[in-house]
Amino acid sequence: MTQILIIGAGQAGLTAVQTLRGEGFDGAITMLGDESFAPYQRPPLSKAYLLGAFARERLFLKPDAFYAQAGCELLLNARAEAIDRAAHTVRLADGRVLAYDKLMLATGTRVRKLTCPGADLPGVFYLRDIADVDAIQPVFTAGAKLAVVGGGYIGLEVAAVGAKRGLDVTVFEAMDRLMARAVSPAVSAFYKTEHEKAGVKLLLNTGVEAFEGAGKIEVVRAGGVRHPADMVLVGIGVLPNDTLARDAGLACDDGIVVDRSAMTSDPDIFAAGDCTRHHGREGVAIRLECVQNAIDQAKHAALAMLGRPQTYSEVPWFWSDQYDLKLQMAGLARPDDTIILRGDPVSRKFAVFHLRDGKVAAVEAVNAGPEYLMGRKLIAANAAVPPEKLADMSIAMKDML
Amino acid sequence: MPRITFIDPDEGEHVVDIPLGWSLMEGAVRNLVPGIDADCGGACACATCHVYVDPKWIAALPPKGEMEETMLDFALATAPNSRLSCQIRVTSDMEGLVLRIPVDQH
Ligand SMILES: Cc1cc2nc3c(=O)[nH]c(=O)nc-3n(C[C@H](O)[C@H](O)[C@H](O)COP(=O)(O)OP(=O)(O)OC[C@H]3O[C@@H](n4cnc5c(N)ncnc54)[C@H](O)[C@@H]3O)c2cc1C
Ligand code: FES
Repeated sequence: MTQILIIGAGQAGLTAVQTLRGEGFDGAITMLGDESFAPYQRPPLSKAYLLGAFARERLFLKPDAFYAQAGCELLLNARAEAIDRAAHTVRLADGRVLAYDKLMLATGTRVRKLTCPGADLPGVFYLRDIADVDAIQPVFTAGAKLAVVGGGYIGLEVAAVGAKRGLDVTVFEAMDRLMARAVSPAVSAFYKTEHEKAGVKLLLNTGVEAFEGAGKIEVVRAGGVRHPADMVLVGIGVLPNDTLARDAGLACDDGIVVDRSAMTSDPDIFAAGDCTRHHGREGVAIRLECVQNAIDQAKHAALAMLGRPQTYSEVPWFWSDQYDLKLQMAGLARPDDTIILRGDPVSRKFAVFHLRDGKVAAVEAVNAGPEYLMGRKLIAANAAVPPEKLADMSIAMKDML
Repeated sequence: MPRITFIDPDEGEHVVDIPLGWSLMEGAVRNLVPGIDADCGGACACATCHVYVDPKWIAALPPKGEMEETMLDFALATAPNSRLSCQIRVTSDMEGLVLRIPVDQH
């Protein structure tokens, strides 16, 4: 019987299990994860779950009964330590050795850590998994001074939840605008205003130099100024978990390199999700950190493991919830795109389209579902839409094609 | 916990109790109701949680949001009673609600 082994029990691993069974695979599936939880959704961790508005059991992607029903052996608290490609085996930290015919790596990412003085003081937190939120909750209380390091979407989501829960929030961002890696300047500026309206202090162009405190965090030193703080949340990006692959001699380049069928440089090993680097639909090598990529790439990996490789060309999409604002993005923007604004940011409902060679290449939509969804369609279709038409609010989005 | 019935295309009935405040989709997934794939986990981005609402119940449900409306415009095999089950939060007056699952969500 064919044995498929999946390392990493997250969104990508779970999607692969579903796809394998959905496509009729009747061999053995084993999925192992080093966390103590079955696969769960991470997005609520910095949103509703942190707010306390979302019971833990709602995080899980499937109920426990699913794994037995799907014939998937799920090994939790199990860490893969080495792959022996010649023997087709994986060794776990506890000494167990598991054999595979096809192997899938879905190891995700880990947070990038600060290395400044005081970075390991108690009260300095990161946010990647359930255990992190559990550690944060007891001190995440009204009146506490929260310093957020990094004005990316995770830091800003935490800032928004903090403001809502009555914390005194300051965000430190080294760049000159918020979410600079992900959104265009117009959207950055809009979010700056919204956070300030909610009472969040934003310090741009301000890198953190050190943390100080006697036994726990008390002060954040940034831009030469000492800012009192009861807790710190660091959100400065993630690093792909590609060590296992690299040690096994698989091609890696800040992520496990896969082709568009999700195959690594070993034809019996596949990879999907946050841990990979692939050539996207635009032909440039990218690493995507989003649910969409975890799902779509995992489907491709599953099909490829069944000997039915497909070319991955889905449009990437992503969302972020801050306050009552739903930011939704699709496609990959480039700095030299032509920018078209549709709607007025003052109305708290607008979209920014990115045109490249006259074609819709990306969209960022704030509280604008039709713009986002139709934007996705236009990007997938490589559609050319005249700029004045896109900007014309009297033309409904569904009439853009 | 309101009791909700999902009827699959083969007329199989799946009766599940869903906690107040959860979405209908979450209740279905939690209880392994077949055919509610919910690929996007409720982000209103995939339409694989599409259901048909029993005609008696259409008016009793909260109206569609703009996002749901647009998503349904693009979904397969929709009808006037189509809804995205991830966009409907369970309330106490949904006791006895009946939903039908489409033949294919993809
Ligand atoms: C706070 C937060 C908010 C987010 N919000 C959004 C959002 O709004 N929208 C969005 O699209 N995306 C969001 N993301 C990103 C999204 O969660 C990820 O893209 C997605 O989880 C990637 O899935 P994955 O399966 O590739 O990796 P993961 O979900 O990270 O799963 C990988 C698993 O593998 C385990 N593992 C790693 N190495 C080993 C090993 N050697 N042995 C065994 N197990 C191992 C890891 O511990 C982990 O459990 C968010 C992420 C975070 C942390
Ligand atoms: S679960 Fe994806 S749209 Fe409802």
